[in-house]
Amino acid sequence: MTIDNVPLHLLIPDMLEASVEVIKIFFLTIIFSIPLGFIVALARRSRFRIISFPTRIYQLIFRGTPLMLQLFFFMYGPYYIFGFSFNRFTACILAFVINYAAYFGEIFRGGIAAIPKGQYEAAKVLGYTKLQTFLHIILPQVIKHVIPATGNELMTLVKDTSLAQVISVPELFRVATNAGTRYFSSIPIIIAAPFYLIMNSVVEVTFKMIEKKMDYYKN
Amino acid sequence: MLLKTLNLQKSFGKTHVLKGISLEVNEGEVIAIIGPSGSGKSTLLRCLTQLERVDKGTIEVDGIQMVGMNGEKAVYADNKILHEIILKVGLVFQNFNLFPNFSVIKNIIHAQVKVLGIEKSLAHKKAMELLEKMNLKEKATSYPCELSGGQQQRVAIARALALNPRILFFDEPTSALDPELTGEILKVIRSLAKEKMTMVIVTHEMAFARDVADRVIFMDDGVIVEEGTPEEVFGNTSNERTKEFLQRFNQN
Ligand SMILES: Nc1ncnc2c1ncn2[C@@H]1O[C@H](COP(=O)(O)OP(=O)(O)OP(=O)(O)O)[C@@H](O)[C@H]1O
Ligand SMILES: [Mg+2]
Repeated sequence: MTIDNVPLHLLIPDMLEASVEVIKIFFLTIIFSIPLGFIVALARRSRFRIISFPTRIYQLIFRGTPLMLQLFFFMYGPYYIFGFSFNRFTACILAFVINYAAYFGEIFRGGIAAIPKGQYEAAKVLGYTKLQTFLHIILPQVIKHVIPATGNELMTLVKDTSLAQVISVPELFRVATNAGTRYFSSIPIIIAAPFYLIMNSVVEVTFKMIEKKMDYYKN
Repeated sequence: MLLKTLNLQKSFGKTHVLKGISLEVNEGEVIAIIGPSGSGKSTLLRCLTQLERVDKGTIEVDGIQMVGMNGEKAVYADNKILHEIILKVGLVFQNFNLFPNFSVIKNIIHAQVKVLGIEKSLAHKKAMELLEKMNLKEKATSYPCELSGGQQQRVAIARALALNPRILFFDEPTSALDPELTGEILKVIRSLAKEKMTMVIVTHEMAFARDVADRVIFMDDGVIVEEGTPEEVFGNTSNERTKEFLQRFNQN
């Protein structure tokens, strides 16, 4: 079947394969950037300026410059600085993880700051250690608090994977634009839209479910 | 003697809040601390429960030295001893500070298991007994956000009692509550007093202080101005500052 001279039976399988690439970037970024984001949040809250200040600068740089530029940097920067290069996919994941950890750091910092001091004080007088307090009492409340903003961020992530095309990662947007050039048609790009939309619908529904699941108590 | 402090001093920056508090609490005694706003009552309780550090003075809890003096400076015991001491005291906050992510019963079980290492089934049994005592058995599986302020405060008292503290401190346990809910908390404290639970209660409920306390302490501007039986303090104090405070209080 063809529309506007675009052979869909060839294009769709390619796009499905490219969606797998999107999903790979998505999950690898989550797996690394969320724990890293927590560390960033804790570092930002550190009493020691030697820890909190550089962390803040890192966040400023990665939130203040385009992700596209950061992708270029991780792809080509190491060669100029150290004389070696990461492969495309590694450079891509590095850029995404480090960029998203900066954003998650900010979200989680807000979540931790939203927990009233009284929670720490009650735990302390009951004899909980600092670690127990964080793991059992603070962290679960922080998670509940940051779920909506995190969901929002992950929907952005799905769309941001399209930026990886600039370093030639064969993700969905690159496959679509390449097909568009090949067939002199904008149909492939238009077809890409529902792919992103479906993936993001899954993210949206999942997070609504998690939110609902955590609704059994109010902070 | 369960608690003994000598000449406690505490400043926040330039604000000198505690200006030499010496206090003794005997086993089974109920002490009410009254005094105007800003006189340092909460700060005193917070120093005794390790939420603030004193600058000077000594504190001894159940015979264990928590803070001693080395020359001009207060020196705290090591962390192991401080932990041992914190288990001897309980604190009930003005705004409850229950853990919202835990059910009522879990609020009472959790520290027993995690902090004291008590077996879960025993902790559960104890929690149910305490809830029964607080008249809240049917709320065991509810979450704090589903309870009234008075109910939340009773859970907070049960949570503190579950760890068998030697002394229980209360910082204005009823002042965040609607007037019609204060009664249920005061009733619980009264019944604890009957069981000879040692308690130190900061309160603005003068009638209650008079009724439940063995000893009343009047604090003003970081010092203990007067201390005595309820009759002595409320009945016919000869102290001008106490008189003035009580008069102003009666007018409101
Ligand atoms: N963390 C803090 N930092 C700076 N100043 C503080 C702090 N906590 C208390 N203070 C000051 O210490 C003084 C005593 O406060 P405290 O809360 O102990 O009074 P209080 O007797 O409990 O008053 P109230 O009856 O209003 O509860 C006040 O002047 C208060 O502003
Ligand atoms: Mg106070």
